[in-house]
Amino acid sequence: MSAVTAMRGTGAPAQGPPTGLGHRLRLGVMDTLTMTRRELLIWFRVPAYIFFTIIQPIMFVLLFRYVFGGAIPVKVPGGYVSYLMPGIIGQSAAFASFGTAIALARQIQKGVIDRFRSMPIARSAVLTGRLLSDSLRLTLTVLVILGVGYAVGFRFQNGWVPAILMMLLGIALGVVVCCISAYVGLAIRDEESVGSFGLVWLFPLTFVSSAFVTISTMPGWLQAFAKNQPISIVIEEMRSLALGGPLALHAWQSVVWLVGILVVFIPLSVRAYRRV
Amino acid sequence: MSDDAAIVVENLHKSFGDVHALRGVDFRVDRGTVLGVLGPNGAGKTTVVRILTTLLHPDSGRALVEGRDVVHQAAAVREIIGLAGQSAAIQEELTGRENLEIVGRLYHLEKATARRRAVELLEQFDLAGAADRPAKTYSGGMLRRLDLAASLVARPSVLFLDEPTTGLDPRSRIGMWEVIRNLVAEGATLFLTTQYLDEADELADEIVVIDHGRVIAAGTAEALKDRVGGNVVEFALPDRDRLAEAARAVAGLADGDPSIEPDTGRVAVRVGSRGSEALVQAVRELDAAGIEVDGLALRRPSLDDVFLALTGHAAEAEEDGGGRRRRRRSRHGASAPAGTETDATTEGVGR
Ligand SMILES: Nc1ncnc2c1ncn2[C@@H]1O[C@H](COP(=O)(O)OP(=O)(O)OP(=O)(O)O)[C@@H](O)[C@H]1O
Ligand SMILES: [Mg+2]
Repeated sequence: MSAVTAMRGTGAPAQGPPTGLGHRLRLGVMDTLTMTRRELLIWFRVPAYIFFTIIQPIMFVLLFRYVFGGAIPVKVPGGYVSYLMPGIIGQSAAFASFGTAIALARQIQKGVIDRFRSMPIARSAVLTGRLLSDSLRLTLTVLVILGVGYAVGFRFQNGWVPAILMMLLGIALGVVVCCISAYVGLAIRDEESVGSFGLVWLFPLTFVSSAFVTISTMPGWLQAFAKNQPISIVIEEMRSLALGGPLALHAWQSVVWLVGILVVFIPLSVRAYRRV
Repeated sequence: MSDDAAIVVENLHKSFGDVHALRGVDFRVDRGTVLGVLGPNGAGKTTVVRILTTLLHPDSGRALVEGRDVVHQAAAVREIIGLAGQSAAIQEELTGRENLEIVGRLYHLEKATARRRAVELLEQFDLAGAADRPAKTYSGGMLRRLDLAASLVARPSVLFLDEPTTGLDPRSRIGMWEVIRNLVAEGATLFLTTQYLDEADELADEIVVIDHGRVIAAGTAEALKDRVGGNVVEFALPDRDRLAEAARAVAGLADGDPSIEPDTGRVAVRVGSRGSEALVQAVRELDAAGIEVDGLALRRPSLDDVFLALTGHAAEAEEDGGGRRRRRRSRHGASAPAGTETDATTEGVGR
């Protein structure tokens, strides 16, 4: 016991707050990486998370390819499976943010976030670590979907560089939606509420979009929404990248939407994190 | 700060909407001592803990931990504190070891150091056998211990424990007390909230009683007990019909009227600072009246008595002892179903 006494206070290396921007930045990166590792470790432990990340997207691909696909007319090279893949990647990326919101709400409820906030951790690390682990998770989802897509007849038709850009855009869409969900989780702070109504907005955004059907088949009043909402816009851009088609219009609209959402929701999330 | 206060709290106020959770709280805690903060549900205990651990800003007032302002020097405060909140802040998907190692890494310990510290704590808290099981398989007591271990990873000099034994069975509570006593022996300053009177009595050097966001009493357990009016001679009658007669017989000993509990046949007499001499006199009077009694005993007032005397409504405080006794009993039953509380209290007094 006395040896322990003698060491008291020497456990934490920094005496007083860190000085210097470089030092702070280094600690911030370290904390972010620790948090990322932590989130991935948790993710590996929960079968439900793995299901949502891998199995569910595969089921969606098969469902739309073989069950609904025959009834959905599209005019793109390669037929419905070509039309579907960018859409399903966008939809799955957006839905992956369920995990973000629920995990954060859960950690607040459990007091885990309070513990972090009482520790000398970079204030941003919980969020940046979360988003970094989310983007790794999303990358896996996208790769799995593409693998299954290739098995059921999908082919990129526009070369490899646009193909890679399409994947990156899909992941970016997912991360951006995760930012919204992170805010929802931090603001609602209750796992059940988040799960039951906190994320309902995801359904119209993903299904009232060009992800699975051409928008011109919808009633006129719906078309206005479906055409101009961000997920449709990003998915249209992904489709042009994958299959060839006009890039410019949807490209800048996508960037504006994605950056715009980040600009609004990152500060909101940070504020909610500080306040919890 | 050159004096030896580890925590200084001055005139803290905090409202949540129209709930005035803190209405001017003041106290200080000397370095290396244990402060027990005692209060019923909603008294404001957790709010004080959250302010002191930089989780919440006060509306007004000031709080220093080791001389560091919790609002303006929050980062510096976080370097030296440990917090085990009201619920165990454990990631239940991860193992006990992983939980501790990650906390160590977040305190910027080297990987090997974090690993060593986790092993050390797992052993110290009797969790080595369960170290590699996901924490969701732990019992409530194990989770609490793991949570406490996590708060100690960086060897904080000031430790905050918010109701560390709530929800534990009597045996786990005693085990937790043991752990906490060892921490104190190592020299940490401890801020402990509790709803259990015996717990404050057992662990704290000084006690602050909070109710409705105000400090309503402060001092050592002994000083608080003295405030309620000293010792009590207590006995039970096998023959309930003679209660009034028995009360008359011992009335001469009392500062006020003896209190009677008709349901249980118990009579209690406050005898002030008089001790065994009052007991002897009670035996004589009862014997002279030819009244047979069970379990005649002299007891020091428990913190239960203190607590009730202080937080009970003013009107009730003026009431005859009988009414107070009854309330005390019911509160007693609600807060600690196991019969260990009274024993522990008596033991604590002797300490
Ligand atoms: N975030 C909050 N929003 C609204 N009211 C709050 C909030 N936190 C605390 N309160 C209120 O402030 C008061 C004091 O709460 P606090 O949690 O500090 O009590 P406590 O003494 O810890 O109680 P308990 O023994 O139940 O843990 C209560 O009335 C509570 O409802
Ligand atoms: Mg509380």
